[in-house]
Amino acid sequence: MGVLDPLVRLWRFNGGLHPPTRKAPSNAQPARALPPPPRLLLPLTQHVGAAARPVVNPGQHVGRGELLAAADGYVSAALHAPTSGTVVALEARPIAHPSGLSAPCLVLDADDADAWGALPAPLADWRTAAAAEIRRRVREAGIVGLGGAAFPTAVKLAAEPPPNLLIVNGAECEPYITCDDRLMRERAAAIVGGVLILRHALGAAAALVAIEDDKPEALAAMRAAVAASGAAELRVQAVPTRYPSGGERQLIRVLTGREVPSGGLPAELGIVCQNVATAAAVFEAITTGRPLTARYVTVTGAGVHTPQVVEARIGTPVADLVAACGGYTAAAARLIYGGPMMGFALADDGVPLGKGGNCILVAGATELAPPAPALPCIRCGDCVRACPADLLPQQLYWHARAREFERAGELGLFDCIECGCCAAVCPSRLPLVQYYRHAKGELLAAERERHKADLARERHGARQARQAREEAERAARLAAKKAHPAPAPEAAAPAAATATAPASVATAPTAAASPAPTTTDDPRQAAIAAALARAQARRARAAADATAGTSTDAAPGDDDGRG
Amino acid sequence: MLFPTASSPHLHTGASVGALMRRVLYALLPGIAAYVWLFGPAVLAQLALASTVALACEAAALALRGRPLAPALGDGSALVTAWLLALALPALAPWWLTALGTAFAIVVAKHLYGGLGYNPFNPAMIGYVVLLVSFPREMSTWPGARELLAQPADLAASLRLIFGAGGLDHVLALDALSAPTPLDSLRTGLGLGRGVAEIVASPAFGVLGGRGWELASLAFLAGGLWLCWTRTAAWQIPAGMLGALALTATVPWLVDPQHHASPALHLASGGALLGAFFIATDPVSASTTPRGRLLYGAGIGVLTYVIRAWGGYPDGIAFATLLMNIAAPTIDAYTRPRVFGHGPR
Repeated sequence: MGVLDPLVRLWRFNGGLHPPTRKAPSNAQPARALPPPPRLLLPLTQHVGAAARPVVNPGQHVGRGELLAAADGYVSAALHAPTSGTVVALEARPIAHPSGLSAPCLVLDADDADAWGALPAPLADWRTAAAAEIRRRVREAGIVGLGGAAFPTAVKLAAEPPPNLLIVNGAECEPYITCDDRLMRERAAAIVGGVLILRHALGAAAALVAIEDDKPEALAAMRAAVAASGAAELRVQAVPTRYPSGGERQLIRVLTGREVPSGGLPAELGIVCQNVATAAAVFEAITTGRPLTARYVTVTGAGVHTPQVVEARIGTPVADLVAACGGYTAAAARLIYGGPMMGFALADDGVPLGKGGNCILVAGATELAPPAPALPCIRCGDCVRACPADLLPQQLYWHARAREFERAGELGLFDCIECGCCAAVCPSRLPLVQYYRHAKGELLAAERERHKADLARERHGARQARQAREEAERAARLAAKKAHPAPAPEAAAPAAATATAPASVATAPTAAASPAPTTTDDPRQAAIAAALARAQARRARAAADATAGTSTDAAPGDDDGRG
Repeated sequence: MLFPTASSPHLHTGASVGALMRRVLYALLPGIAAYVWLFGPAVLAQLALASTVALACEAAALALRGRPLAPALGDGSALVTAWLLALALPALAPWWLTALGTAFAIVVAKHLYGGLGYNPFNPAMIGYVVLLVSFPREMSTWPGARELLAQPADLAASLRLIFGAGGLDHVLALDALSAPTPLDSLRTGLGLGRGVAEIVASPAFGVLGGRGWELASLAFLAGGLWLCWTRTAAWQIPAGMLGALALTATVPWLVDPQHHASPALHLASGGALLGAFFIATDPVSASTTPRGRLLYGAGIGVLTYVIRAWGGYPDGIAFATLLMNIAAPTIDAYTRPRVFGHGPR
C-alpha cells in the first residue's frame, strides 16, 4: 500500500476565517515578465539564517546568474546577479523588513544586455543523481522557500531519516495573493518536475500537492501535469478554502489529520513541506543550471492601476514594480509587502523585492479596515473561535499587556503563528498580534540574557576551579621543595601568568609574554602559542576584509535582528 | 511617496463593540413588545427613563475619569445595561427606583471598576440586587398581566404612577393594578401547604408558566436564539444554564411533584429565559473558554434553582449570575482548551 492510499479524507483545524479573497483582478491575465529595472538593490539577508558573504567588489561587472554573495554557514543562502550589470556599491539600504531598518545591500546597475553569465552545466539526468548532489546544486542556486518564509531549501532537503511524505503547498490561502495561482496555471509541468526532483532528493515515498479549491484552473492544470508526468505516488489534492490552511501546520493537519508537536518540525512526523514556486525554482536550477534570479509576484489593490502578477527580478524596487503595473491610482493609501493578513506595511516604496516577497498590496483608503481606536477587551471570545492554534488570544493579550511575558509563554505564546485571525475579528480592534510579537521579543531577549549569564557563571566557576587547582599545585611544589631543598626550575612565574589568563583570545598575548617555557609547563605553553596564532590569523583576515573595500556594515554574521 | 504603517493584520471583518451591543438591543425587541402588550406603555417609560439616566451617568463618569466621551457613549453598552435593568424591574416601579438602580449599575458596578471590559460583575444585576435588598416592597410590586386586570393602566395613568408623588390614592391605584408574579404565587402557595397542582390551577397560570408571562418568555427565547445564531452570544452559556436548571428541577419534581414545580414551569417563569440569553451571556463578566462557558452557565442554572427552591427570594437569576461572575476567572483557568500540537489528539 502506498503512502497516499490511506490519505483519502480531509481533516479540519479549528478556527480560521473566510475573509474576502479578492484574487479576481490580479489573477485574470497571464504573468508578465518584467525587464530588469535600471538599478537593483540586493540585501544580503533575504532568507532565514546568516547573511550571505559578498564575493564581488564594487566596480566589478557581472553576468546574470553569477554569484554575488555566497552562503555563509549551513543555514544561509547564496545570492546571484538578477541581470547583467555593474556592482556599484555595498552599503546599508532600507530593506523590506517590519523594523524599517537598513541592512547591507549590493547595489547593481543593470546594463542593457541582460546577458547570462557562466552557469553550471545542467544536471541532465537528475533521476540517477545522488541526493547530496541535488542538495548542493539547490544550495548553490540560492533557492529559499518562496511562499514567504524564505527558509533555505537545501537545509530542509537534508531531513534525516528520509520523510515519508513531501507536501507541496499551493494553497495560497491569504487574500489578494495570486502569484502561485498564476504559476500553477502557467508552469505546471515545471512545478511537477520540481516536485519529483525534491521527492528524489528527500528520498520521500510520496508527494501531495495541496491547492485551495477556489483555484479550479490551477487545480486542473496541475492535475493534467501530474497525469502527463506519469509519476506514481503523486497526487494533487484540493483543500477547502479557509485562511490559514496554507500555514504549514494547518495544511499538514488538513491533509493527514496529524499535528506537528509544539516547538517541533514537520520532519518529526516524516513530512517535509515545500512551496510550489520553490519546486519550480528547483526544477529550473537543476535542469538549466540557472540560479534563482526572478520570481512571480502579485502587484494588486485599488491603489495600483493594473493589478496583475509579474515575473520580476529579485532586487527590483517596489516603486518599479508599481510603475510597471501602471503606477499608483489616486486611491493609493497603504503599501503592504506580503498579504493583508501577515504582510507588513512599508513606509517607502524604495525598498527592493526579496526572494520571499509574494505580494505588493497597494490598498485604497477604504479597501482594508480603516484604522480605528482600540477599545477595551470585552472578553467576547471571538478570537478564541478564530484561533487556528487553539489558543486563548484574549488571555495572552491580558498577560502581554500586563508585561507578564512568562505567563503568556506558559499559555502557549510560542504556538501562535501570527496569522492575524484574532485581530481581524476583534470587535474592540485591539492590535493583538502586535502584543504577541512584542511579548515574544521580550521573552527571547530574556532568554538570551539568561544564556549569557549562564555562560559568564560557567566561566567564573571554571576560573575559580583553575585558580584553586594551581594554588594546590604551588603548595605541593613548595612542600616538595622543603622536603628536598635541591635547586628546581623556576615554575611559579608561568603558573601565575596563566592563572590570570581566561579563555578569551584578547589576553592571549599577555600570557605568551610570560617567561620562557619550562619542561613541566610544555602543554600549557603550546596551547597559549596556538591561541596566539589564531588571534593573529583573525587579525590578518579582518585586515584583508578592510582592504577589500567592504564597509564594516558588511561584516559577515552581522545580526539584523530578524527572528 | 510615504505611506502610513500599521501592524498586521491589515484586514478586519468590521466587527465592532457598537455593532455587537446593537444586536443585543435588537434581540430584546420581541421581549419588549411582549412586555408592553402585557403590562402596558409603562414598560416603554421605564426603558426611556433608564436609558436617559444610564447615558447621563456614563457621560458624567467618563468626564470625571478624563476619558473621551464619543467612543464609550457610542458603543451602546450603557444602553444594554439600562434596558436589561429596566426589564428586570416592575413596570410601575417609581422613577427614583429605576434611576437609582441604573446610576448604581453604571457608576459603581461599571466605572468604579474601570469601565467597559473591566467590571467583574454584571452591572445590571448589581443594580438590580442593590434595589432588591434595599427596597423589597417596591421591587415586589409587579403589575398584573393584562388578562388578569379589569382595566390595564394607559400611558397617562402609567406615567402618573411612575412619576407620582406617592400618597394614599397612589398606593391604592398601584394596589389595584398589582398582582403576585407566578413565582411569588408558587412560593406563597407552597408556604401555605398547598400542592403545586392546586396552585397552577389558578387563573394566574397558563400552559407553561404564568399566564401572559409565558408569552414574554417565548419572545426572549426567540431573540436569544437569534443572538446565538449571529454568534453575538455564546450558545454554551444559555445551553448550560437552561439545561442545568431543567435537570436540577426534574429530579425533585419526579420524586415529589406535589411540592416541586415542573422543569417547564421553572424554565418559563421569572427571569430564566431573559437571564439565560441576555444576562448570563454578558461577555465581560462571563467565562470565555468554550467548556468554561458551559460550566459557567450550568452553575447559574443550579444556583437559580437552589435559590428559588430553598432561598429567601422567589427568583434567583441575579444572585446566581453574580456568584458565577466571581467564579469565571477560576473556571477559565481550569478549562483552557488543548493548544494545537500539545498532548494527545
